[in-house]
Amino acid sequence: MAEIISGWFPENVSSFGGEIDALFRLILYVTGAWFILTEGLILFFLLRYRRREGRRAAYVAGDNLRQLAWILVPCLIVLLLDLWLDFRGAEVWAKIKGQVPPSDFHVQVTGKQFNWEILYPGPDKEFGTADDVLMENELHVPAGQVVRVILKSKDVIHSFFLPNLRLKQDAVPGRAITAWFNATKPGKYPLPCAELCGFGHTGMNGWLFAHSPEDYEQWVKQQWPSPQPSPSGRGRG
Amino acid sequence: MSDSVAAHAAEAHHAEPGFWRAYIFSTDHKRIAKQYLSLGLFWAIAGGLTAYMMRWQLAYPDTEVPGWGFIAPDFYNMLVTMHGTIMVFFVAMPILLAAFGNFLIPLMIGARDMAFPRLNMLSFWVFALASLILLTSLFVPGGAASAGWTGYPPLSAKPEYTGVTWGLNLWLLALALEFASFLMGGVNFLTTAINLRAPGMTFFRLPLVVWMELTAAVIFMLSVGPLIAGALMLLADRVLGTTFYLPEGGGEPLLWQHLFWFFGHPEVYVILLPGFGLILEIIPVFSRKPIFAYRPIIYSTIVAGALSFVVWAHHQFLSGMDPRLAMPFSITTIIISVPFALIVFAMIATLWRGSITFSTPMLFAMGTLSVFIFGGLTGIFNGSAPVDIYIHDTYFIVAHFHYTLFSAVFFAGFAGLTYWFPKMFGRMMNEQLGKLHFWLTFVFFNAVFIPMHVVGLGGMMRRISDPTQYEFLRPLQPLNQFITVAAILLLLSQLVFVVNFFWSLICGKVAERNPWQANTLEWSVPSPPPHENFHAVPVVYHGPYEYSSGDAVVDWLPQDHGAAPKAAARS
Repeated sequence: MAEIISGWFPENVSSFGGEIDALFRLILYVTGAWFILTEGLILFFLLRYRRREGRRAAYVAGDNLRQLAWILVPCLIVLLLDLWLDFRGAEVWAKIKGQVPPSDFHVQVTGKQFNWEILYPGPDKEFGTADDVLMENELHVPAGQVVRVILKSKDVIHSFFLPNLRLKQDAVPGRAITAWFNATKPGKYPLPCAELCGFGHTGMNGWLFAHSPEDYEQWVKQQWPSPQPSPSGRGRG
Repeated sequence: MSDSVAAHAAEAHHAEPGFWRAYIFSTDHKRIAKQYLSLGLFWAIAGGLTAYMMRWQLAYPDTEVPGWGFIAPDFYNMLVTMHGTIMVFFVAMPILLAAFGNFLIPLMIGARDMAFPRLNMLSFWVFALASLILLTSLFVPGGAASAGWTGYPPLSAKPEYTGVTWGLNLWLLALALEFASFLMGGVNFLTTAINLRAPGMTFFRLPLVVWMELTAAVIFMLSVGPLIAGALMLLADRVLGTTFYLPEGGGEPLLWQHLFWFFGHPEVYVILLPGFGLILEIIPVFSRKPIFAYRPIIYSTIVAGALSFVVWAHHQFLSGMDPRLAMPFSITTIIISVPFALIVFAMIATLWRGSITFSTPMLFAMGTLSVFIFGGLTGIFNGSAPVDIYIHDTYFIVAHFHYTLFSAVFFAGFAGLTYWFPKMFGRMMNEQLGKLHFWLTFVFFNAVFIPMHVVGLGGMMRRISDPTQYEFLRPLQPLNQFITVAAILLLLSQLVFVVNFFWSLICGKVAERNPWQANTLEWSVPSPPPHENFHAVPVVYHGPYEYSSGDAVVDWLPQDHGAAPKAAARS
């Protein structure tokens, strides 16, 4: 069963994606059971109590507690299951959105009609310096590390969506919103915009490149300016 | 009602209104109901056509839509925006709230008309004006509104972001007028139901649909105010250069989202509750049983109405609002399932040991119930904030809310239309065509929207016009094509209803007063009811659902019937 369900999703390569998928499956089992129970009862009652000559309907108004128990007890069970799912959800939410784990890989992603601008802090690991590296639609990160993303927007609301990382977060103009992920497997993953952002919304798509440590070193060597001892060093703006 | 008013009413009863007063500027609630119904059905056709064009583009991107032509990306955004706007504000509300509320409330409570007949006429004509403005907005230079039916700023706040100028301004104006119209309608509903009930029609003898319409009207009136203000601010940002929603001028884009959803989520229940009300009338009649748990259903409705005001931010888990806010909203959202579960369980319990007839209205009522259960359950996934991280803004959401809203608007709407058609138009609808229409709709509806969940879980985003531009969505394309074919068949199936509607209007069997042997007051007057409804104001002795209560030969007991069987002593 779990295999069929995970077949519906894109491959999960997120450190926390498994917990979202597990919560999804839990809710599916709980709601699935209610679905079968309620629809089954409807079908059964419709067939069993269809009109027949000479049989009258029973006068059952559900106006006393004895009869009402038949629906109040199921409602109580619904309430308890709701609370259970709420608390399971709260744990997972706190882990993903509650606080960002420590990270020494920071990157700033700015949505604009209709691209992602990816700003790397460069060798000095600070934004707003001369050695920052700016790329369009290509987010290169080391796999197996917590990546902290600072989300901004230049114009309208965009939504940073990494299906394989089970991550989505709106980028809102006027705000810097922090999100994070940890890719567990090297690879190239889609990074579409998930919020309607104008006529070019369709096709606003970037890529996440999660590199193995060696590949990542290689990429840094090729793309980033070499580290400078003094902050006045040259670099791409 | 004082004597002089009664005398005046009796006098008016005999005056024959001329053509304009009778058909166009009518103050008769039944005529106004039919006006709302006609306009709502007209918009339903328009809404269906937008769905057809979107689905074609999604399945066969950049090919000519048969009967239309190519769809450019910005035009696709207009289709998305108009589909939502039309279906929610110009189909669901006029049909479920205005048409059924107007037709049923006075008849069911034993009143001659609404409390404010002229205000009622004004409500309709303001709505007609809103319709005209929305229609105009489709044809102005720059095109129609294209920022989604939710109109999130800054996209909607500055013309250069969308390229749309007057289209979006007119869209906002149409919405503001539509809200004003329904505010007036809500005042009328409440005043009428509180003040004009016939003698003996206590609050706990009101048919449930009246309770549902009233709750919906109250929810609407309490939630829409902030959005009207919000819409005016957005209009000011667009045309006056203010910056309520623009950060470069110190504004806040999220303000709109809060104002919009503070209204927008209660709005879901404004649509859902009247839909439920319709089938709550139909289920007892065709089960020949009282509705199970009449009073708990009313209490649940009120609780659901109250809770609907504290769930809105579940649309904004990922909007950038403080993540600590997600959990309270997630909890209220998931807990709102409890009052709805009670209503659903009560409907199921009503079937138990009934004597069930599968008429067209009953089939559609069962369609509503079974489809709504599915949609209600998928709501739990969306309400769970962590799961929403993944499924937010995907087709899973689209599939979910079509399960809830299509059930309320179309399944319940068709149930209501086929059930009250004889009362509205004096003729019976064709049962064979009705059943054919039901089965086609039921099968193709599920064929469209079940696979849509899978497409959503595959990651397909809402509001993109071409999934094939994304490598990871290409494997889903056969499924998208299947959905489109099923959607076209679903739309074509509605022709059966159109044929049945017009054929029955002209050639249907003449309806008697009470063809379904039902208890509520509208069935005690001729079909269609005369101007001013009742010759003499009825006196009410029973609740609305006394079926199979006594040992008498007949198994129903009209509310205004004096005989007091054993069951009547209970209430």
